[in-house]
Amino acid sequence: MSQTYIELLRRALDEELSLDPAVHLLGEDVAAGGAFGVTKGLAQKHGARRVRNTPISEAAIAGLATGAALCGLRPVLEIMFIDFATLALDCLVNQSAKYRYMSGGQLAVPMVVRTQAGAAGGAAAQHSQSLESWFIHVPGLVVVAPSSPVEAYGLLKRSIRLGDPVLFIEHKRLYALREELPANLPLPDIGRARVARAGCDVTVITYSAMVGSALEAADIVAGQGLSAEVIDLRTLTPLDMQTVAASVMKTHRVVIAHEAVRNGGVGAEIAARLAGELFDELDAPITRVGCRFAPIPFAPELERAVLPGTADIVRAVQAACA
Amino acid sequence: MSLQPPDAAQRIWMLTQMLRIRTFEERVKRTFTDHPGVIRGHTHLADGAEASIVGALSHFRAGDAVLATYRCHGYPLTLGSDPGAMMAEIYGRADGLCKGLGGSMHLTDVRHGFLGTSGIVGAGIPHAAGAAWAAQIRRRGEVVFSFFGDGASKQGAFHETLNIASLWKLPVVFVMENNGYNVVTTTSQEDASAAAGEPLAVKARAHAMPGVTVDGTDPLAVHAVVGEAVERARAGRGPTLVESKVYRLSAHGNIIAPPGVPLHYPEHEAIAVFGKRAEYEAALRGDPVPRWRGVLVQNGMLTPAGADELTARVLEEMERAVSFALASPFPDTACALQYNYA
Repeated sequence: MSQTYIELLRRALDEELSLDPAVHLLGEDVAAGGAFGVTKGLAQKHGARRVRNTPISEAAIAGLATGAALCGLRPVLEIMFIDFATLALDCLVNQSAKYRYMSGGQLAVPMVVRTQAGAAGGAAAQHSQSLESWFIHVPGLVVVAPSSPVEAYGLLKRSIRLGDPVLFIEHKRLYALREELPANLPLPDIGRARVARAGCDVTVITYSAMVGSALEAADIVAGQGLSAEVIDLRTLTPLDMQTVAASVMKTHRVVIAHEAVRNGGVGAEIAARLAGELFDELDAPITRVGCRFAPIPFAPELERAVLPGTADIVRAVQAACA
Repeated sequence: MSLQPPDAAQRIWMLTQMLRIRTFEERVKRTFTDHPGVIRGHTHLADGAEASIVGALSHFRAGDAVLATYRCHGYPLTLGSDPGAMMAEIYGRADGLCKGLGGSMHLTDVRHGFLGTSGIVGAGIPHAAGAAWAAQIRRRGEVVFSFFGDGASKQGAFHETLNIASLWKLPVVFVMENNGYNVVTTTSQEDASAAAGEPLAVKARAHAMPGVTVDGTDPLAVHAVVGEAVERARAGRGPTLVESKVYRLSAHGNIIAPPGVPLHYPEHEAIAVFGKRAEYEAALRGDPVPRWRGVLVQNGMLTPAGADELTARVLEEMERAVSFALASPFPDTACALQYNYA
């Protein structure tokens, strides 16, 4: 039986709530299911004390989750949109990420901040952003961005068990996607990328919703005789450069694709590392696909004009292989 | 249940802790002149707030937790942290409480219930509420002490947290040490309550919790007010905001100078910025440490010789802390990459 991305996130939360009494869910409207229904039914099953609604106070609830994590709970906090994480940035950047370090290893923050990012047609400039690169700039934060329902399930369970603060970035365009959860699936490791499609002519490095676009692009270029390997990074910190490098040493051509703007983005980081470490392996300039450098506009026609998509990846692959 | 006033042993304990804080801070300050270059970066001293810290923490029980700001030397000392390890941390040495990774502003001693600090004004307040949420779930009657300054009460995190803490009846006591100054701005210049002549404790009213103002230079007064707040919190009746009025007797912090220029403590802002020498001298006359010693001697709980002996013992303890810290090696540079998931 196939399940949606939302249903598999819920299943992961439900199972972890059942397995570990330290796990608590926290956030605006989470007892009613949250804005997208991810936590629906969990308060009824696990009790209102374990699935707890909060006021609209992102700074305080991020701090509350962090303080509780210092004292042995494993809070899973929902920040409704990644755009609202700006209000919790001080806590995430200055405290959660640094407690273990500043205390010389005395403290730990086993907390997951679930949020969702990306554009999905008409949510405009403050509910559509992809802000992950801000967080990869902060030592001490783990950043996870799952690309499919099954990946979301496994990575969320792993994140809850990790023992360090995780920003878990879902993508609203993936929420309705369906997949069947295989029986006895081993949980993915945090910090290990996966080869989503094997190929030999070019490596497309991507994550989150753009993995789907990259797979579509790989299908299209296959018809033109080009074999694209698609790497799903899964986690942006830690970045699995080993898997990336192994692919690049095979294909010698690189396209990096993400929905976020290119300026100062994840792609820039990977491109710099590849140029520094594998310069001699590269047969073509590294190409980045990303959002145009503009806020996300409201009108869906305009939104489509700035967002990167399958066609952009196809063009980038063709250019890299020309 | 009514709160018992502290007995003679507790009153002498209070003086001992107040002397320990004062002497520790004097040793920190003197390091700048006795051992120039040994302290790098920022330090912020608790002299003047001793009675408030000790009066509040006289209610601490094993299992409780304390979170504070960057002006944080007094709390772990009172809770039982080793002053040598604290001084070594302030000197950035390997034997420091946090192995040289935290420094003066980020002392942490989990073993003694001190869960750390925030160098960002107001940012530690929600973490204290989170610790209190965990305590509420554990149901062992534990409370959390959240210490911060008057300046923090203008931060969003303060108001957001007081709202949740009151709504959820979290077992937390918010102790606002009102020392009258944000670095060089007086409270009445930046706080609407203060400017209107109201105590800062009125801010509790907006969040439906008791707000009490107390003379933070009187350990008995603080003991009584915080005691009631702690009882209320342990009984599951929720948080209290205590405004404890103190006067910091040193400047906000040491001068942060460009490399090559020695760091040091300037004069208090009342004198250096506002030219109010009389205000500062009045605060010195009200210095809580000699005052409390005087009270104990006057009441016959201590002889002058006994008080002198206590002072000498504390001085010796803090001199040992300085020697220990000076002898401690610098951290191995490999330590800089520890404790960081990557």
